[in-house]
Amino acid sequence: MAETIVSFIAACLLLLGCLFCVTGAVGMIRFPNFFARVHATSVTDSLGAGLILIGLALLSDSATPVFKLLFILLFTLITAPTAVHALTKAAMHAGSHTASPIEELPASDEGGPSSKH
Amino acid sequence: MTGLLVFWVIFALMMTGLYVTIAHDNLIKKVVGLGILQVSVFMLYIAIANVRGAAIPILKEGESLYSNPLPHVLILTAIVVGIATVALALALVIRIRERFGTIEEAALESAARDWSER
Amino acid sequence: MRDLFAVIMLSGIYSLIAASLFITMDAADVAFTEAAVGAGVSTLLLLKTLALVDRHESTGPTRPGLAITVVIATGALLAYGTLDMHPFGETHTPSNDHIAAYYLENSIEDTGVPNVVTSILASYRGFDTLGELIVIFTAGIGVIVLLGQTGTSDSEIRPAMRQHLVLRVVSKILIPFIMLFAFYVQFHGEYGPGGGFQAGVIFASAVILYSILFGPEAARSVFSNATTRILAVSGVLLFACTGIVSMLKGKAFLDYSALAEDPVSGQLLGILLVELGVGITVAAVLIRVFLEFDERRWQPDDQRGQS
Repeated sequence: MAETIVSFIAACLLLLGCLFCVTGAVGMIRFPNFFARVHATSVTDSLGAGLILIGLALLSDSATPVFKLLFILLFTLITAPTAVHALTKAAMHAGSHTASPIEELPASDEGGPSSKH
Repeated sequence: MTGLLVFWVIFALMMTGLYVTIAHDNLIKKVVGLGILQVSVFMLYIAIANVRGAAIPILKEGESLYSNPLPHVLILTAIVVGIATVALALALVIRIRERFGTIEEAALESAARDWSER
Repeated sequence: MRDLFAVIMLSGIYSLIAASLFITMDAADVAFTEAAVGAGVSTLLLLKTLALVDRHESTGPTRPGLAITVVIATGALLAYGTLDMHPFGETHTPSNDHIAAYYLENSIEDTGVPNVVTSILASYRGFDTLGELIVIFTAGIGVIVLLGQTGTSDSEIRPAMRQHLVLRVVSKILIPFIMLFAFYVQFHGEYGPGGGFQAGVIFASAVILYSILFGPEAARSVFSNATTRILAVSGVLLFACTGIVSMLKGKAFLDYSALAEDPVSGQLLGILLVELGVGITVAAVLIRVFLEFDERRWQPDDQRGQS
């Protein structure tokens, strides 16, 4: 009985982790500028990978894989935000932050969104 | 026929790498194309070694069917030899760039001709 | 695609996807090595080269007709060659039945090592591994000869990334663990995926990370040119001398059962020493190759042709 509850929770966690990975991927394609995109990928790395690893740890049958997976989780949580930080800092040096982050809405008397692409 | 589809897809990847190596002029692109070719060849060997429903070839109690470990050994060797070759090729690319100022093959031929005639 | 930076990044992604494909095809050691080498070191060396050449390709594909013809002809011949092959995943194919079945059945009896890939690599086919080690060593020598003599290293020291505080702190925390993991992979390669090559690559990547963040002079103060040279040579010598000791004790070259009274412990000892030699040489060669690549400076066009 406890086993089925644990595997059910693990399945939910795995599914949720996959969902976060997919939303991270979609965000990376659809967001308008670099910083929003890199934020979406950081979701994939930390939250998506983290939930998948915790789900796998619940599904394993002995103690050693649990410790290994927890170590992997720890190192992923340390290195993934660092990598995103390095990317963002490089982008700032390259000047991406001077581009305007949000396209300004056209003024109301200029005819609507079709005047700006 | 469907059992061979995996191999044909791998051949398509291999031919992509070969195309990049032949058709493009830039030396770095040629090295990248060689890398794609190498990885596809590894995929081919591992696909040959794969046995459906088998386990990783690390002997454990209770497992009876294992994947063929011999191509794994060959590919392990091949991967490391591949990186050695790529490192040497890139060192050559750096020296060519320093000597002739370009790594595009068309410009390289004329630059080499000028160099040998000077 | 003209931007070579994007091309190199995509090739790294291709190697990583190939590594995950190897995992689904039950090849754990190969996936490990491919991820470490293809997605790690290879991309790194390509980017190092890109820093010294132009970033954009100037012309599109030349002679596409010839390339397409060759490619289609070769692909058709390969596809014709597979018509006699067994379909994907079959259990009893000619490659799976004969010697591989022998290795799988007798690996624990003969060598005492459960990881059959390691026992084949180090013991049954140890000769090939010695040759491969010498190939890596030769490539290291080649890179030293090509890039080591007349460098264009200028007197001004390139500033290390002193302002990247987060990266420096995190890497200081992580580098000891990366090296510890490299040792774990080295010595645990007989019981799980791993072995000399993977351990050497992981150790080299720890030192490369240190060199990128703290400056090549800091890395050279530990791994000077003499140190990497001696380490590379000693790895090859360790491997070869293990074989010679077996010969001196009366058996064939690289027959490890001569190394101890009990043949199985002799095999275990031999595999341990041989994998250690492989790991040392691979790490030393990769560190030296990276440090050599690191030392070249961008040469403006008016100074070229002088080396």
